[in-house]
Amino acid sequence: MRNVWVVATNTFREAVRDRVLYNLVFFALLMMGAAILVGQISIGIERSVIISLGLTAISVIGLFIAVFIGVGLVSKEMDKRTLYALLAKPVERWQFLIGKFAGLAMTLAVNTAAMTIGLYLALWTVEHPLVGSDWQLLPAVYLILLKLVLIVALAMLFSCFTSPFLAILFTVGIYVAGLFAGELRTMQAVNLSPSTMRGFRAISYLLPNFENFNVMGVVAHGRPVPLALVWQSTLYAIVYGAMVLAGASLIFARRNLK
Amino acid sequence: MRPSAELGSIAPEERREPTNVDGGPDIAKNGNMPSPAIEIERLSKEYPHGFLNLKKRKSLEDLTMRVEAGEIFGFLGPNGAGKSTTIKLLMRLIFPTSGTARILGKSIEDVSMHQNIGYLPEQPYFYDYLTATEVLDYFARFHNLTTADRRERVQKLLKKVGLETAKKIQLRKYSKGMLQRVGLAQTILHDPQVVVLDEPMSGLDPLGRREVRDIILELKKQGRTVLFSTHILSDAEMLCDRVGVIVGGKLRGVGTPGEMVGIQSQGMEILFELENAAQRFPLLEKATKTGERYRVESSESELYAHLNELKAAQARILSVAQIRPTLEEFFMNLVDADRAQANAVEVSGR
Repeated sequence: MRNVWVVATNTFREAVRDRVLYNLVFFALLMMGAAILVGQISIGIERSVIISLGLTAISVIGLFIAVFIGVGLVSKEMDKRTLYALLAKPVERWQFLIGKFAGLAMTLAVNTAAMTIGLYLALWTVEHPLVGSDWQLLPAVYLILLKLVLIVALAMLFSCFTSPFLAILFTVGIYVAGLFAGELRTMQAVNLSPSTMRGFRAISYLLPNFENFNVMGVVAHGRPVPLALVWQSTLYAIVYGAMVLAGASLIFARRNLK
Repeated sequence: MRPSAELGSIAPEERREPTNVDGGPDIAKNGNMPSPAIEIERLSKEYPHGFLNLKKRKSLEDLTMRVEAGEIFGFLGPNGAGKSTTIKLLMRLIFPTSGTARILGKSIEDVSMHQNIGYLPEQPYFYDYLTATEVLDYFARFHNLTTADRRERVQKLLKKVGLETAKKIQLRKYSKGMLQRVGLAQTILHDPQVVVLDEPMSGLDPLGRREVRDIILELKKQGRTVLFSTHILSDAEMLCDRVGVIVGGKLRGVGTPGEMVGIQSQGMEILFELENAAQRFPLLEKATKTGERYRVESSESELYAHLNELKAAQARILSVAQIRPTLEEFFMNLVDADRAQANAVEVSGR
């Protein structure tokens, strides 16, 4: 675990020094602008608009970081050959991979936490003091973070066996498909054979179900996030993420470097 | 051409005898079995290429050799010969198609083996957002060193490779030569038993090359084993106890630099001066004149006849020496032979 931690902390340091956290400035400006504008153009629904906008921004910004930096975690190290000296140390390849994953997960956690504070500040500006239901934002943000971490795992899996461009394409493709995994499972099409339907159902179980992590609508309307959903989604992310990372480790373990 | 002081001391065929099949000392005869630091057995590497990756290109073919503990072993060959492939296989950066290798008695698959190995990649590149101190500290963390020990070693190594004044600058601002020095520092940071250097002189100025040579020699003094690849033959001649020459993915010879260049005799060289510059005799037609001196090449069988001819002409013989190719010529001959063979295969294939 020591090796994993060493790689993870270095990955976090890399992200910070590569100015990944600069996106927070953009987020802060967005939230300030929204807080000023919302008060002028929407009456009574300021809170809902701020929450929707804030959570969407957290999700989209995080998605960009997870996909683009997630893909680059391994491919950049291979392209620049920074990996060569490292793998000649007593480090297992899976330790490197999990360390890189953990490092970016840490970066995303810090980034998401900072954006959440920004969101609360914007919310406080439009409806001070904060009300009890505002704390429901926390489970919503937590679920977004779980989703982002799962996307990082997928990005790393693809970058282990294909080019960065294709890895980005595959990750985004799986993400979009995963948003509709639930619908694919329950789809009723009259013109499709039962075997095709069974195939779709099987695919829907293989795809990561990102729908589970989206409670934006619930929170924006002040309704509580069911605790069971939080636990189930956590468990799902851990199991699915572990399987994806195990696959990535298996592929990377036998990968010839250039 | 480099003339030797020896005159026909060993026939070319005989010079091959001191080494066994894999080029190492004949341990079976002396009974005193030294433990090899690196043992490579029938190591091959093929890369798929072409449409659908159906064709295979051999990058390394049945490489068998050993590097003895405590020696400096030079791995020579032109670009694309298979030097880096071999080193990458040893460092498990790529995986062999067949064959095995052991370092310090452990299989290269065993990661714990890397506690005692230092590796300098060719044209090393490190995290450019880190300073030299940080990157060395990062690598040192994988070697079970205490914080105090790590700090002490990092500072010592930075001083040793001449980066003490640049230690707080991010590596993105480093020159190629400076990165090479960082690479060398991380290689020996944990005091490894075996040091593997891939083109260690690459990108260095003459001073840097001298410093690297000094470090390699110091490692030898400390009893460390050094395997380094290079195509700078003078470095190999200067530093190596033994060299291995690899061309076209095949090992073409292993031995001391002296043995390697002595394998092929290229005749004799006679230097002489004439009392009377106007005189003429048949051998003079073959000679080349530099200043007052004449130089003529002769085969070993014709040597005495030519010496008699010079004696008759009352020439003053300055020296008679065996013409020995330099390591570079030996190396180039192998490369030329390999190219000729490849062309022949291509022509017959058509």
